[in-house]
Amino acid sequence: MNAQMISMIALVRKETTRVLRIWVQTLIPPGITMSLYFIIFGTLIGRRIGEMDGYPYMEYIAPGLIMMSVITNSYGNVVGSFFNAKIQRHIEELLVSPMTEASIVIGYLAGGIIRGLFVAAVVSVIALFFTDLNIKYPLLTFVVVVMTAGVFSLAGLLNAIFAKKFDDIAVIPSFVLAPLTYLGGVFYTVSLLPDFWQTISRFNPILYMVNSMRYSVLGTSDIEIIDGMLMIVGFFILLLFTSIYLLKKGIGIRD
Amino acid sequence: MKALSVSDLSKQYKNGVQALKSVNFEVNKGDFFALLGPNGAGKTTAIGIITSLVNKTSGSIQVFDSDIDHQLSLAKSYLGVVPQEINLNLFDKCINTLVNQAGFYGIPRSAAKKRAEDYLKQMNLWDKRNSNARDLSGGMKRRLMVARALVNKPRLLLLDEPTAGVDIETRRMMWNFLRELNEQGTTIILTTHYLEEAEQLCDRVAIIDEGEIIENDTMLNVLGKLKKEVFVLNIDGSIDVAPKIPRYETSLRSPREIEVSVSQSQGVNDIFTELKKLDIKVISMRNKTSRLEELFIELTNNRTKELEG
Repeated sequence: MNAQMISMIALVRKETTRVLRIWVQTLIPPGITMSLYFIIFGTLIGRRIGEMDGYPYMEYIAPGLIMMSVITNSYGNVVGSFFNAKIQRHIEELLVSPMTEASIVIGYLAGGIIRGLFVAAVVSVIALFFTDLNIKYPLLTFVVVVMTAGVFSLAGLLNAIFAKKFDDIAVIPSFVLAPLTYLGGVFYTVSLLPDFWQTISRFNPILYMVNSMRYSVLGTSDIEIIDGMLMIVGFFILLLFTSIYLLKKGIGIRD
Repeated sequence: MKALSVSDLSKQYKNGVQALKSVNFEVNKGDFFALLGPNGAGKTTAIGIITSLVNKTSGSIQVFDSDIDHQLSLAKSYLGVVPQEINLNLFDKCINTLVNQAGFYGIPRSAAKKRAEDYLKQMNLWDKRNSNARDLSGGMKRRLMVARALVNKPRLLLLDEPTAGVDIETRRMMWNFLRELNEQGTTIILTTHYLEEAEQLCDRVAIIDEGEIIENDTMLNVLGKLKKEVFVLNIDGSIDVAPKIPRYETSLRSPREIEVSVSQSQGVNDIFTELKKLDIKVISMRNKTSRLEELFIELTNNRTKELEG
């Protein structure tokens, strides 16, 4: 096997082991949080809401909640792991090795995607306790989860590359990611919003990801699935090449 | 083939500090090379650039003929590095630290495990293989970093103050290990503040000060430039005043120890003859500090005066 491939697998293995080693921090919290969402929004409030876009409210929010946990966790995984490596300086283990920047990015990316998939599985199992999860397009669901986890893993990597202190890795999830996720149609269809806010919502990339997931599971969506997939793939490619470029330049990791 | 060629290497940090000013030096294959200098002289920056942890401003570097600007991965595959600061993943087991590092160098996992075992044993850390790095003592962490740097069997090993803060026993153990490694063909570059260490281990030396190489020669030649050595003589009995020895500077270190400055042109025989005349019996004699240390102070002091002048 090619040396770059071996080194990339070594990094993926290291990142995966990390996720599993600290499972109490990586897999249990999203399970608890999403259980609370299902209980509060689904069971308690959802009963009063009734149907949304022709589906029982619990069933309607399930794909969005899975996607929300995938986004948060894949982002958190890479931003935490890479920034920690920077602060403890063991990122130098990778930088002094013959690994190319692309291999390093793909290694961290894979770690984030794997955590996203684990979390998606955990949340899906929890969802089954509250609603039926009849996935309409299983392959598309898998692709959407993997690609969205990839996009947010790369976004987390960019955050970690620029971060200089712990505050810097908390700002984006709190002030950017959380609002965009909540306004991204996890709990409602944007068709309920006034026209102006519907237009504004269409500038939120998370809307496309949540709705792509909803389409793949339920077959209903606020956006065209092709637009959703183009948005996801476009962001993935943009963030992938930006990350590789920044690492090549040594921004945030050298000097 | 040179193990390392550094040409016109300059580095200016964003804060304006000029850490390296057109530095040139070469390290031959098989050398045990000391790169010495006071704090802030530019040693760590030079090592950082060679290992690609620091971006250079200008200049070129070749590792076994591979230019780091054009064949970076190949150049890095020849290198092993022990940095000055502890940079271990403190939550990783020792064995995993080595196996992962070997993996990053493209070594298949089964071979990586075998190498990790070999180097942990050589560094007396095998019993700690399943301990997290954070649970190791300072000396053990240093040894783990040395083992990690060796796991890819580097042709050129860069050691940036590898024995800083370790006890004498560990330091001696590491000296012996590094000597053996060098004898087996690994080229070694060492920076250290223990000049005795450099004098004991290295056959070539470069001294860097204020970002410029001010001395670069074999250890023998460099030591030959020492203008003055200070010896401490232990005497039988005690005296109150330093004895006067014609043409030599003397002082009393303690009632039983005399310090004598000897310049390059003077021998030491006359000292004993004169002391014998004064009925002072010398029991033993030693250098006050290592010779390299004296030369180092002489060179850097001269340079400070030059720069101030």
